[in-house]
Amino acid sequence: MKILMLGWELPPHNSGGLGVACYHMSKALADEGASIDFVLPYDAEHPGAEYMNIHAATRLEPIHKFGMLGAYDSKYVEEHDLDKVDLKDLQTMRGVQKRYVNYVGRLVKRLGKPDAIHAHDWLTMEAGMKAKELTDAPLIVHVHATEFDRAGTFGSGNPIVHEIEYNGLMMADRIIAVSNITKSIIVHKYGIPADKIEVMHNAIDLPTLGNYEYDRRTYRYIEAMKNEGYTVISTVTRFTVQKGLVQLIQGFAKAVSKYDRMLLVLAGDGEQRDELIELASDLGVSDKVFFTGFVRGKQWRDAYNIADVFVMSSVSEPFGLTALEAAHHDTALIVSNQSGVSEVLKHILRYDFWDTERLADQLVGIAASPALSHSLKANVKTEYANLTWSDVARRCMQLYRSFKIGATA
Amino acid sequence: MSKRGVVVYLHVHQPWRIKNYSIFDTAVDHSYFNDNSETDRNNEKILHKVADKSYRPMNALLGKLLDTYPDFKFSLSITGTLLEQAEQWTPDVIENFRSLVNTGRVELVAETYYHSLAFFYSREEFERQVDAHAGKIKDLFGVEPTAFRNTELAYNDDLARWADSRGYKAILAEGWDPILSWRSSNFVYRPAGTQNIKLLLKNYRLSDDLAFRFSNKAWEHYPLHADKYSGWIDAALGERGEVMNLFMDYETFGENVWEDTGIFEFFSNFVGQWLSQDDHTFYTVTEAAEAFEAADEVSMPNTVTWADSERDLTAWLGNSMQQEAMRYLYDLEGDVMRSGDEPLIADWRKLTTSDHPYYMCTKWSHDGDVHAYFSPYDSPYDAFLYYMNALRDVRYRLMEHHHHGGL
Repeated sequence: MKILMLGWELPPHNSGGLGVACYHMSKALADEGASIDFVLPYDAEHPGAEYMNIHAATRLEPIHKFGMLGAYDSKYVEEHDLDKVDLKDLQTMRGVQKRYVNYVGRLVKRLGKPDAIHAHDWLTMEAGMKAKELTDAPLIVHVHATEFDRAGTFGSGNPIVHEIEYNGLMMADRIIAVSNITKSIIVHKYGIPADKIEVMHNAIDLPTLGNYEYDRRTYRYIEAMKNEGYTVISTVTRFTVQKGLVQLIQGFAKAVSKYDRMLLVLAGDGEQRDELIELASDLGVSDKVFFTGFVRGKQWRDAYNIADVFVMSSVSEPFGLTALEAAHHDTALIVSNQSGVSEVLKHILRYDFWDTERLADQLVGIAASPALSHSLKANVKTEYANLTWSDVARRCMQLYRSFKIGATA
Repeated sequence: MSKRGVVVYLHVHQPWRIKNYSIFDTAVDHSYFNDNSETDRNNEKILHKVADKSYRPMNALLGKLLDTYPDFKFSLSITGTLLEQAEQWTPDVIENFRSLVNTGRVELVAETYYHSLAFFYSREEFERQVDAHAGKIKDLFGVEPTAFRNTELAYNDDLARWADSRGYKAILAEGWDPILSWRSSNFVYRPAGTQNIKLLLKNYRLSDDLAFRFSNKAWEHYPLHADKYSGWIDAALGERGEVMNLFMDYETFGENVWEDTGIFEFFSNFVGQWLSQDDHTFYTVTEAAEAFEAADEVSMPNTVTWADSERDLTAWLGNSMQQEAMRYLYDLEGDVMRSGDEPLIADWRKLTTSDHPYYMCTKWSHDGDVHAYFSPYDSPYDAFLYYMNALRDVRYRLMEHHHHGGL
C-alpha cells in the first residue's frame, strides 16, 4: 500500500500535537505494511522516523521556530490565491505553502500514483488536491483541527483559511475527523455530508512514555508544597484562546477562595502568556500560579508527574492528547465538554469551559477528598490505554483498501 | 543676605538585578543576583560599564571642579546596594567618592540602604534600612548625614514628620506644580506639621533639561551651552529666588547621557559660568536649608515622587503584579527577621529594592519607553515571574532551615 502523506511537522520539530499524531499514525501504518512518502515543509533530521521516506519541500530550517509558519499560525494568512503568492517569499505561510504544493506536484510525477493521498489539516489540503488532480488517486483529508477550533469562541477565524478548508473538505474522497465534536463542526459549519466523514480518535503511544523513573526533583519547590499538603493542578498546553486558560485561572481563583491549599502549574507558552500572568495577579492568586515556560523532555514529563489533577480547559479541542498523557502519569482528569477526548473516557469530571463555578467545585472536590482523587486516578488508568495507534492504522488501511476495491469493482 | 545658590544633588544607585530565575531554579539554587551572562542582568558587568562611563570620569571632573572653585559644592546620596557592589568590583570608585567627601564640600544625604519602598509597607524595616545606610556611610566615609531623601523622592507629610522627629535638617522632594500651586521651588519651605526640618524642592524643568533633554537632537535648544543654561537659572530665580535645586541621577553624566554629547564639558563650563557672578554660589542641601528661612509651609498629604508624568508611585505600584509582589515580599518580613540568618535577611532586603517592581511596570505610554530602556528583562511579565520565584525560594529557605512559615 503506497501512501503519500502530507504533513506540516514531525517530532522533534513540532509545535504541538499535530506532529505527534502524524508520527505515531505513520509508524503504526508502516507496521501494517504501508509504504509511506511523508512530505514536510522544512528540512531536518528526524531520528526514529526511518520507517518512512521523508521529503523536504523547502530547504528551510524547522518551521515552528519562525513564529508565523507553525502548524497553529493560521491567523497570519492574508492571501487566498496561491497564484498571486510570490514563490520566493519564504517568510509567509502562503509562500511556503505554494512551495509545498509545487514540490508535491513534482514529487508525484517522480513517484507515480499512490494508492491514497492522506493530507493533514488545512495546511496541506491544497497540496492534496494538487496531487489528486495530477494522479487521480483518492484524497483523504484528516482533520485534527478546523479554523473554528483555532479561533476559540471569540472570533470566527480567518476567512481565507475557512475557504481553503471548505475546498479541501469538498474535494476529499473521505474525511477523517479526530472526534465527534470535529465531525459535527465539519457537518454543521461546512455543510459536508455526515456519511463522508469517519471519526477516528487519536491514541496514545505507550512505548514512548515507558521506562521513566520519576525522581521528584525537577519541580522541587512544588514538591515541597505538595509535602505541605497542597493539591497540584496542572495543564500542559499552548497559551492561546482556544485552550480556555482565562476561564481555568478564574475557576482556580474561585476554588482557592474556598480551599486555599492548591496550586496551578501552567506548563507551556504562547501569545496569551502575559495576559494570563496579569490575570493571576488581578485575581490575587499569582503566588499560587506557576508559569514554567515552554517545556520539553524531563520538565515536560514531570509537569504531568507533579500533578494531582490535570485540567483540559479547552474552548474547542478536536481531540486533546495531553489528557491521555496525563492519565498515564496518574492524575485525576477534569475535561471540558468541548474537548473531543471526553468522548472516549468515562472516569473523568466534565464541565463546560465557561462554567468556572462548576470547575471550582470540582477542583475543591478533588482536593478535599482523597477518595475521589484516588478513584479518578485509578479508574482512568483502566481506560486510556485502550486507545492504540495500531487500531487507528488498521482502520486507515481498511479505508485505503476500500478505494482499491472500488476501483476494481 | 545669603547669595543665591545652585543645589546640585546627585543620586548614585545600582540595584542587585535578579537573574532569569525560573521555577526549576526555585528551592535548588539560592543565588538570585549572580547572573554571569553577557546580558544587562549581570550586575558585575553593569557596574564595570557604569564605572567606566560615569563614576570614574564624573568623579574626576567633580574633584577637579572642587579644586578649581572654592565655592563649588554639591550633595550625593549613595545607596548601600551600590556601595556593596563597588566595594566588591570597583574599589577605586569608593576611593574616589571618599576623596570628594574629604574636601568637606560634598554632603552625603541619608536614605534607605536598599533603595526600597519600605516606608510605605513597614516603618520598622524602613528605619532599620535608614540606620543600616547611616552605618555604612559612617564606616566608609566617616560622616553622619543631616539631610534625608526617600527612594525615588517618594515624599508625603508623614515622611517629613518622621524625618523631623529624627533630627534631620533637610528633606528633599519633587517641586511638582499641581501641589505647589502659586509657590515656586526656588525657595526653602517648612513641611506641614514639622518643627525644625526644611524642605527643598526639585526644579524639575531645569533638572530635566540635563537629565532628559540634553542629548535630544530634536529639542529646540539642542545643543545646550553653559552660558545659556546659566542664564535660564538666573531668569528662573528672578529678583527674589534663593535656591535652584538641580536633583538628578548621578548616572545622568556619562551613562544615561553619553560623554560624546558633551555633558561633562557642559557641566564643567556651567560651574565656572555660574560662579563668574559675585552673588552666585553653590550650596549643599543642609547648607541651603540653614541659609534661608522657610518661605511658607507646604503640605503633601498624598505621596509625590520624581517619576513619570504622574509624579506618583504608579511606576512601582501601579499594576496588580507590582502590588502582589510587594505584598508577598513584606508578608515575609516577620519570619525573615526572626530567622536571624544574615545571608537570608540580606537577600530578602535586596528584593526590597524599588527597581524590581519598576521592571514590572506596564505603563506602555510615553513613560513606558523610559522603563523599557532601564529594564534588563524581556518584558515586565518576565521580571515578575523571576521575582516571584526568588520570593518563593526565600520562603523555602525559611522553612527548610528555620522551620518558619509555610510555602
